[in-house]
Amino acid sequence: MPAPDDNLLDVENLRVSFGTERGVAKVLDGVNLTIRRGEIMGLVGESGCGKTTLARAILGILPSNAQHEAGSIRFGGEDLLKMPHHRVDDQIRGRRITFIPQDPFASFNPLFRIGSQAREVMKWKSPRRPENAGRGLFGFFSRYPRARRKADEADAVEMMRTVQIPRADEAFDKLPHEFSGGQRQRLMIALALMPQPDLVIADEPTTALDVTIQAQILKLLKRLVKERGVSVLFTTHDLGTAYEICDRITVMYAGQEVEMAPVGDFFQRPSHPYTVRLLESLPKPGRELREIGGEIPGLIDPPAGCRFHPRCTHATDICRMERPATTSVSAAHALRCYHPVGATVLP
Amino acid sequence: MSTAIDVLRKLLRDPAAAVGLLIILLLVLIAIFAPLLATHPEAIWDMNPRQRLLPPSDMYVFGTDRMGADIYSRILFGARITMVIASVAVGAALLIGVPIGLISGWTQNWLGEVLMRVSDIFLAVPQIVLAIAISQTLGPSIENVILALSVTYWPWFTRLVHAEVRSLKNETFIEAAIALGVPTWRIILLHVLPNVASPIIVRTSIGMGFTILTASALGFLGLGAPPPAPEWGRMIAESREFLPQAWWYALAPGLAIFLVVMGFNLLGDGLRDVLDPRIRRAGARR
Amino acid sequence: MRILALILQRIAWLVPTLAGLVAVVFFISRVIPADPVSKLAGETASRAQIELLRQKLGLDRPLLVQLADYYRQLLSGDLGTSLFTTRPVWDDLYARLPATIELTIVAMIIAVVIGIPLGVVSALYRNTIIDHLLRIITVAGLAVASFWLALVLQLYFAMDLGWLPLQARITGFPPPSITGFYIVDTLMEGNFTRFRNVVAHLTLPAFTLAFPALATVVRFTRAGVLETLQKNFVVYQRAMGIPSGLIVWKYVLRNSLISTVTQIGLLFGILLAGAVVIETVFQWPGIGAYAFEAILQSDYAAVMGFTVYAGAVFGIVNLVVDIGHAILDPRGAGA
Repeated sequence: MPAPDDNLLDVENLRVSFGTERGVAKVLDGVNLTIRRGEIMGLVGESGCGKTTLARAILGILPSNAQHEAGSIRFGGEDLLKMPHHRVDDQIRGRRITFIPQDPFASFNPLFRIGSQAREVMKWKSPRRPENAGRGLFGFFSRYPRARRKADEADAVEMMRTVQIPRADEAFDKLPHEFSGGQRQRLMIALALMPQPDLVIADEPTTALDVTIQAQILKLLKRLVKERGVSVLFTTHDLGTAYEICDRITVMYAGQEVEMAPVGDFFQRPSHPYTVRLLESLPKPGRELREIGGEIPGLIDPPAGCRFHPRCTHATDICRMERPATTSVSAAHALRCYHPVGATVLP
Repeated sequence: MSTAIDVLRKLLRDPAAAVGLLIILLLVLIAIFAPLLATHPEAIWDMNPRQRLLPPSDMYVFGTDRMGADIYSRILFGARITMVIASVAVGAALLIGVPIGLISGWTQNWLGEVLMRVSDIFLAVPQIVLAIAISQTLGPSIENVILALSVTYWPWFTRLVHAEVRSLKNETFIEAAIALGVPTWRIILLHVLPNVASPIIVRTSIGMGFTILTASALGFLGLGAPPPAPEWGRMIAESREFLPQAWWYALAPGLAIFLVVMGFNLLGDGLRDVLDPRIRRAGARR
Repeated sequence: MRILALILQRIAWLVPTLAGLVAVVFFISRVIPADPVSKLAGETASRAQIELLRQKLGLDRPLLVQLADYYRQLLSGDLGTSLFTTRPVWDDLYARLPATIELTIVAMIIAVVIGIPLGVVSALYRNTIIDHLLRIITVAGLAVASFWLALVLQLYFAMDLGWLPLQARITGFPPPSITGFYIVDTLMEGNFTRFRNVVAHLTLPAFTLAFPALATVVRFTRAGVLETLQKNFVVYQRAMGIPSGLIVWKYVLRNSLISTVTQIGLLFGILLAGAVVIETVFQWPGIGAYAFEAILQSDYAAVMGFTVYAGAVFGIVNLVVDIGHAILDPRGAGA
């Protein structure tokens, strides 16, 4: 009998590349990622490091020029990449794995009322929907029984109250532009939780919002997912945000994951040179700004081995030839580096 | 100019645009060398009643028309008429429309408004309607067709240039030039004009296509060059009474028009793809 | 309220535009070397007789006076009298209007109903065989001279195959006239033989007329859909597993249709321009053919009347399109 797998999500050695006009971009270079049930995993990295690509790979919505070269994405024990497409479309995406987008301003269709868009999600993804319900002809002509619809709508209104949308019962009839950015993001959270998913993928959900609103949204999201025992994959480039909300953090650099640690360990005992420099580069009063020298490598012809080696002061020959395997710093703290930084971090 | 060569190179990479360019080059060559390429260069103006309405054969590649003239040769000479009408009409429209567009786009006062309203007048009806009205009163001739076409086409250039100039005015580099005290005419000539050149070029190519279609429509309606000029539209009109027996009579000139306009359209599309930096190719990012 | 302001503004603008149009055509027609009056008077007329005729027609007065007179005449709704039919131009146009409208509407329907789905498909299957094929067809569609296409279709379908009639609206007697639209009238009459006859006659002209419009619709729809597919709400719906057929045909289409609707004004211009030539080739008794006959007869009043009329119609159609656009976009702001 196989050992109980309490990793909800287990991405193993995922390799994805994109075909572009200028060549093949190796966007994900053998990435590993695990998320346990009920935990909030932060995926931290700069723009272009591949965190959004990883999120989309898990959801299965990579663009058509993307190539899966290797790896598996195990969700609840099953490899999503080997699952038949229609099952992923119908039962996984939007149902057991849901999505909160980065841009609340453009992620709602401006021509349709919120109620209509919410209803559309519930029609296909409500927990009440029977498993054998068909999709009709390209999504048209499928039935939405009145009883279920009424119950779903009641649930939707209730959820809107939970995310603190004022006058939730009237919200259905409003158009997206009648809501503020923060309110729209709350609506997104509501829509992400209504299908009662196991995993929510939140792609930089607060980046586009004002700083004062960010904190509210983060607190709300954290509370709701913890109440429901839902896991979250939370991508961000902002370490402060990650600190607020995440249980564990995985750092990515140029398509490679380099360190994974519980949030406390991450900020107090960062071990990968990149992580250390990242934390050091956070502005601190009384200290001048420290930057990381060099530039993010292009992905069409990336550095061999560990992709950080051109900018790393600890780099040696082996770093330039072969990417380090995963090693453990402590029980829950993993690392991919030949020369981890031993000391504790900055004062 | 190195950029012209760059553009050409990029253009040739697009098969459709390359085909278009090829067709146009052929057209120009045919127009120039018609007397050498025609099988019966002397006969296109003559009446040859014993050879009328003969089907295509070795001697008459596209058959003969109602006068007994070789259709193939007439089409080749007709290419000259087509090229002349299209180039002069579009050229004139450009020379009128672009300066007006520059002025109206640049000035903030009533002059700009008035000029745009004047161009609106010419756009109030579809081009061919106005061209018909003008040609009809002036009488059928090549010059009148050219006049009618240029008079009805210049607003397209004006609108285009006006819009571009208006948006360019808000660009910082123009503001900088003004602030530095550069005289207006220099700004317009050296800074604005090069930037509006691309849309103008695209519009010119596409305009040639449309102009040829309108010109041949006028010819078809009897408003173009009078007989026996081998104008393609008129040849099609002449063929009507001899259908369906003399099918070649209608087919050949029509195919000629089709190929030529295709050429200009393909080239115009290709130019647009190459020259317009705002066209984004979807996907492939991330 | 905004819509009302828009309507009033556009109507207010239409008047001077038309006036300008009239002035332009008027001056061009009067400032020619050839003398229309002597043509009218005939070859045997003497100088004195020509002068008399000129005075009678009021053509000896200063140009501006003549123009002012023409404006006055237009304002009273008089488009002049046809030299050929000797009937008021307005009556002539009015009588022939239903034929053109029926043809234009059917052509518009063909262009839109076939064109939009093809445009969507072309966008969805971008850069595949289907897309390339459609793009070739649309470029060809815009390169073909409509009068030539008409002839070729006549040649093949009417003369060679004999499947469709060659010309005119109907063979035999027309239905009792209620709306003037034969399709409607024959249906209301209940006479299905005549109905089929009418439809058969409509087929070739409508399709020929629709061809360039169809090509334009496909191109614009394709561009609109491609642009909309990049939008974030599409990404969101995909991420949430909404069936992709729905995403495209319910949501993306609605968003890209807004820009297609604004093209209807452009479409209408294409159709109107094509009507003159198509009606001539198919002997369709509409205002386009009327304009052509007027040209042949050098019937200046008729051609002028037609031009003014076309300008007014075109202006109104554009106004309606703008209103429709303002209504369709519930955001109230420009797209």
